[in-house]
Amino acid sequence: MQRKVSELTVLFFVLIAVLLLMWALNGSGFMSFGYFQSMAFQLPELGILSLAMMITMLTAGINLSIIASANLAGIIIAMILGRLLPSDSTGIGSSLIVLATIMVGVGVAALIGLLNGWLIAYLEISPILATLGTMIAISGMSIVLTKGYVLSGFPQTLLFFGNGVILGIPVPMLVFIVCALIMSLVLRRTPLGMRIYLLGSNPVACFYSGVNNRAVLLYTYLISGILAGLAAVIMIARFNSAKADYGESYLLLTILASVLGGVSASGGFGRVSGVVIALVILQLISSGLNMMGVNNFLTIALWGIILILVMVIKFVIDKRQERRAAA
Amino acid sequence: MKKLLARHETYVFLALLVFSIVITVINPNFLSPDNLLDLAKSYSLMGTFAVGVLFVLISGGIDISFTAIATITGYVSAVLLLNYGEQMNILEIFLIAAVIGVALGSINAAIIYYLKIPPIITTIATMNIYYGILTVVSSGRWLYGFPDWFRRFGDSRIFTLHNPDGTPYGLSTVTVIWIAAMIVGWIILRFTLLGRSIYAMGGSMLSAERAGFNLPFLHFFVYCFMGLMAAIASVIQILLVQTMAPNSMVGKELDVIAAVVLGGANLTGGVGTMLGTLLGVALVAIMSNGLTLVHVPSFWYKVVIGLVILVSVGVSAWRSRRKARKAVILDPDVPEPLEADYAA
Repeated sequence: MQRKVSELTVLFFVLIAVLLLMWALNGSGFMSFGYFQSMAFQLPELGILSLAMMITMLTAGINLSIIASANLAGIIIAMILGRLLPSDSTGIGSSLIVLATIMVGVGVAALIGLLNGWLIAYLEISPILATLGTMIAISGMSIVLTKGYVLSGFPQTLLFFGNGVILGIPVPMLVFIVCALIMSLVLRRTPLGMRIYLLGSNPVACFYSGVNNRAVLLYTYLISGILAGLAAVIMIARFNSAKADYGESYLLLTILASVLGGVSASGGFGRVSGVVIALVILQLISSGLNMMGVNNFLTIALWGIILILVMVIKFVIDKRQERRAAA
Repeated sequence: MKKLLARHETYVFLALLVFSIVITVINPNFLSPDNLLDLAKSYSLMGTFAVGVLFVLISGGIDISFTAIATITGYVSAVLLLNYGEQMNILEIFLIAAVIGVALGSINAAIIYYLKIPPIITTIATMNIYYGILTVVSSGRWLYGFPDWFRRFGDSRIFTLHNPDGTPYGLSTVTVIWIAAMIVGWIILRFTLLGRSIYAMGGSMLSAERAGFNLPFLHFFVYCFMGLMAAIASVIQILLVQTMAPNSMVGKELDVIAAVVLGGANLTGGVGTMLGTLLGVALVAIMSNGLTLVHVPSFWYKVVIGLVILVSVGVSAWRSRRKARKAVILDPDVPEPLEADYAA
C-alpha cells in the first residue's frame, strides 16, 4: 500500500513539472482560464474511454473494442434522432426524447460489453482476440449502417452534453468527473471492486477463495461497455456528427494513460486517481506542444517515447525494491 | 483421420472449401486461374507480413509495429530508388530495406527482453515512434515515378498465359517472393532447433529458460525476423502499386494479426503453423474477393471478417477446453490464468 501512495506522489510531481515547463515554454497565454477551459473540453472523451480501458486492464485483460463500440453507439443515437427530431427542435418533449435516445445508445454499448464479457468469461477466449473480433465486426456494422457517410445535425439538448457550461465548468468535464468518482467508489468500496483487483492479481487464487470469476469478468466488460457508450454521447455532441471511424487513434492513448497512471498491464494494480492525473499530464503536454506549433505527428512519436520511459522508470523502481526486499 | 480432425487447419480448410463452393456457384468467374493468380499477387503483401507475425505469435509475443517498420523501410527504399535508382538493382533494394527492418526489429527485442515491458505495450509505443518520426521527416509526401526496370520487375511473371480474349496473366514474381518467404519460415519452424526453441519459448518462457534455451537470442531472432519480413513486404508493396505513401500500411496491422489467428496461431504462444497461416490469409483473401464477386456491398466485409474471427477463436477455445477436461480429472472449471506469462 505504501508503494502505491508514493507512485501517486511521483505522478503528482511530474504533473507540476510538466505544468511549469509548458508555462515556461509558452508564456502567460498557457496559464489563462480560457486555455484551461478549452483543455477541459478536450480531456473528457479520452478520459472516459481510458476508464473503460483501465477497468479491463485491472483484470489482466484489454478491450480493443471501446472505440468501435463508442462509434456504433454514437451512430445509433444519431440515426434515431435523425428519424424522430429535426435538429432545430426545442422544449421539454424533445429533451425527453434525446435522453431516451441516449439511454438506447448507451444500452447498445452495454450489450457489446456483455458480449465481450461472455466471450471472455464463458467461452474463455483471450481478451485480445475476443475484443479484436468484436472490434472488427462492430466497426463493420457501423460502416454498414452509415455506408461510410457522416451523420450530422443534432438538437440543442444533445449538443449541450458536448459544448454546454455549468458554473464555468464544461459539461463533458462534469460527466467525466462523475464517471471517475463512481468508478473510484466501485473499485475501492464495493465487493465487486475488490474482486476485480483479486482476479487481476491471481485468477486461480481468486477462484479458490470462492469468487465467481466469470461473473466478475462479465461485470468488468459490461462497465467498460457502458463507459464507452457515455464517451460516445460526448464525442458526437462535441463534433455535432457521428461517423464509423472517429477517434481511432484514441486506442493507443487510452492504454498510454492507463499505464502512465500506474495500471499494471498484467493486472491487479492501478487506481482511478492515477489515471486521472496521467490524463491531465497528457492533456497539458498535447495542448502545450500544440500551442508551440509542434507537428502533430511529432507529438504522436513523443507519446510512444513517454510510454516507454514510464515503463522503464517502473522497471527500475521495481528492481530496486526487489533488491531492498532481498537485502 | 482422427489426427486430421484434431487439427485446426482442417477446419480452416473446410471453411475455405465451403466459401469457395458457394462463391463459385453464384459466380463461376471466381475459380478462373486468372482471378486466383491475381488474388495471390495482391495478397502477397499481407501474406509476407503474416509470416513474420506467425513467428512472433508462436514465441508468445505480439508485434503491432511491423506496419510502421515497413513504412520506414519502404520509404527509404523509395527515396533511394528515386535518387540512385538507375545504378541499383532489386537485390540491393531488398538488402538495404532488410538491414533497416532488422535494426528496427532489434530495438523492439531489446526493449521487450531487457526492460521486460510487455510486447503489446512496447510495440504500440515503437509503432508510434517509428511512424510519427517518419511522417515528420517525410512531411507525408507521396513518392512515385520509379525507374523503368523497377516497374518492369513489378509486372514480371514467372510464366504467362492468355485469356480467350488475349489479355495476359500468370504467376507474378511478387507472389514468388511471398512463397519463398513462407518456405524459409516453414523450414525454420519445422526442421531446425531454432524453430523448435521458438515453440518452446512460446509454450512456457520459464520452462524454456530453465531448460537452457538462449532467451535473449530467441527474442532478437523473432523480432528481427518480423522486421525482415516487414522490410520485404514493404518492397512488395512498392512493386505492386509503384507508389509509396507514408499512410498506406499503418492501420492494417490488426487485419494481418487476425488472419494469422484465423490460421490457428494463439496469442498465448507455442501454437501455430505455416500451413495454417497460409490458409488464414487465403480465407481472408477469398472472403473479401468473394463478397465482391457475389455483389455483396463491400462495407459488409468487415462484419463478415469479425464474425469469422469470433467463430474461429470461439471454436478453438472450446476445443482446447474439452481437451483439457479430458486430460485432467481435476475440477474442470478451474480458469486458466489470463495472459499471465509476462507477469511471471
